Amino acid sequence: MTDMKSADPWQALRRFTSARIGLGRAGASLPTAEILRFGLAHAEARDAVHLALDVTALEAALRTRHGPGLVVHSRAPNRASYLLRPDLGRRLDDASAALISQAAGQPPQGHDLAFAIADGLSALAVQRHAPALLDALRPLLPPDWTLAPPVIAVQGRVALGDEIGERLCARMLVMLIGERPGLSSPDSLGAYLTWDPRVGRSDAQRNCVSNIRPEGLDYPAAAKKIAWLLTENRRLQLSGVGLKERSDLLA
Amino acid sequence: MAYACAIGTRNHRFADLRELLAKASPPRSGDQLAGIAAASAVERMAARMCLADVPLATFLGEPLIPYETDEVTRLILDSHDAAAFAEISALTVGDFRDWLLADTTDSATLARVAPGITPEMAAAVSKLMRNQDLILVASKCRVVTRFRNTIGLPGHLAVRLQPNHPTDDPKGIAASMLDGLLYGCGDAVVGVNPAGDNLQAIISLLHMLDEVRSRFDIPTQTCVLTHVTSTLQAIEQGAPVDLVFQSIAGTEKANAAFGVSLALLREARDAALSLARGTLGDNVMYFETGQGSALSADANFGVDQQTCEARAYAVAREFKPLLTNTVVGFIGPEYLYDGKQIIRAGLEDHFCGKLLGVPLGCDVCYTNHAEADQDDMDTLLTLLGTAGVTFIMGVPGADDIMLNYQSTSFHDALYLRALLGLRRAPEFEAWLEKMQVTDAAGRLLRGPSPPLLAAVGALGIGD
Repeated sequence: MTDMKSADPWQALRRFTSARIGLGRAGASLPTAEILRFGLAHAEARDAVHLALDVTALEAALRTRHGPGLVVHSRAPNRASYLLRPDLGRRLDDASAALISQAAGQPPQGHDLAFAIADGLSALAVQRHAPALLDALRPLLPPDWTLAPPVIAVQGRVALGDEIGERLCARMLVMLIGERPGLSSPDSLGAYLTWDPRVGRSDAQRNCVSNIRPEGLDYPAAAKKIAWLLTENRRLQLSGVGLKERSDLLA
Repeated sequence: MAYACAIGTRNHRFADLRELLAKASPPRSGDQLAGIAAASAVERMAARMCLADVPLATFLGEPLIPYETDEVTRLILDSHDAAAFAEISALTVGDFRDWLLADTTDSATLARVAPGITPEMAAAVSKLMRNQDLILVASKCRVVTRFRNTIGLPGHLAVRLQPNHPTDDPKGIAASMLDGLLYGCGDAVVGVNPAGDNLQAIISLLHMLDEVRSRFDIPTQTCVLTHVTSTLQAIEQGAPVDLVFQSIAGTEKANAAFGVSLALLREARDAALSLARGTLGDNVMYFETGQGSALSADANFGVDQQTCEARAYAVAREFKPLLTNTVVGFIGPEYLYDGKQIIRAGLEDHFCGKLLGVPLGCDVCYTNHAEADQDDMDTLLTLLGTAGVTFIMGVPGADDIMLNYQSTSFHDALYLRALLGLRRAPEFEAWLEKMQVTDAAGRLLRGPSPPLLAAVGALGIGD
């Protein structure tokens, strides 16, 4: 048996990364055990894409520290249309648009900052990490900033935050969203920051902090980056490629 | 001008060249999303029959996106080489397919004519071609580039070593990098996608990659795949930048969504050239593209996604890149729904790029929300290997733990080499043999490479 496959003598390197290194080989190909391990991870990621967001549980998790949230839906009625029609995931359905506008008040009072939390491609990521990240972030924000109530969005894409922010009259919007599940990370959360959110903003006008999860960028580090970016967004009155991320300069 | 084609009693009309191209395209979710796909299979064939009769010269007179408002259109038309085009100027799109497949159209002919071919001509003819046509013609195209080694020679395949890490941890990146080198990968480039765009972190990464490369005198190049403006800043701060990376697209507006313009790319190329770090050549750019990027930026102007993609290769061609790759399945199922669409797109992109004279590689890949799996990647990988793809990605175990998608692995590259007898860039292959990673035939040695294993300690990642 041992002649049929060869192990890699550098397996000790595996403790430095979760990447699939030192896998060994059968001829030039992967050993059977690795083929099966990969297949299982793919199966888990596939299942994560189709898991529905538990809105009730998320709202309850946010309520204590961040107040009652607003629950909205994009125009994508289900996961299948969400996957094939990103345009639908970027806009609020009529009832949600009305709900947000109503919450903004008449006339709108406006807010310095709004948070939107959307399932994206991994409800699992949002469920696991969004409340904890917000808990870590809130104390780092200037106390005089006014915050809009958190918005929980179902079948949402990043740009859905533009409409949410615009209707809330928020000067800045942070979209926390489940990133596309990877084999090693079915629960990775992304944060997209947009100054002056409006329908039609491009991705070049956002700053992004990605891979937020305990095994990736942990909550304190992610919160520090986001807080720094938000402060700079506000100071420079812009977001996106115009602002290079230099949060290491932060004392 | 309108186009029409009668099939039976039905006359199919197409308002303009844009609509004709879109409706002639093989089915894909992105064109359906854009609302420009053929409504039926017969309409698609009517469009193809009509397209076959369109003279190639028409594409020079009827820009798909106005010359006045789009700098990519201006680039395509202003840089068009009429003398190179003369040889094919009398052909229709249908004739062009026949001409490309003719035995007499050899590598030298294709290289001579390439500057006369516009991306729209390439995209148009691809829509009349079956997969085997895309493979056969691409296999005749030769595009050779150089920086510290020679990429694109016939019978060769290069691999980009992609040692990404979710937090850019230098030890994690170094571990994956060593794994890849020990599997004989990295001749195209050792290129890291950073998790963040923090400038100091990017500069540290550039230094780390360059230190490993220079310590072992590896005849390859390194790259941190960050936005071009960050790379420019890194160059200003004296960082060791071999290649300038940028994602590009096929319209001015889509490039603007990426935060770039032709002028900015020119500035970045000049900055990289000023460093004069290439030893064998001065191909200093590395571009990535992918079908669907223009539509996703709402910048496709009714042009089908495959034609937009071909226009991105005109942008690439202008800057004489070392490497350009289509990240074919990364964008997701709303643009390429399943394995069949991804495979077709990969072959189209490779064909169009090569026909235009761009050193095209392919990130043979898919995401977990697409209807595809590793079997589909095996199929596309094998087909591209036969088509002479310039380079593929080498990701540990095909699982990119930072970008969260599946690509091709170091093992996949070995598979393709074993199957098709493809060699690495000659300078890199000689280095691997010297380092006792491979034998003279380029096969991995069974035992470890003592010099590289010693690196484990040298890099501070040993015990």
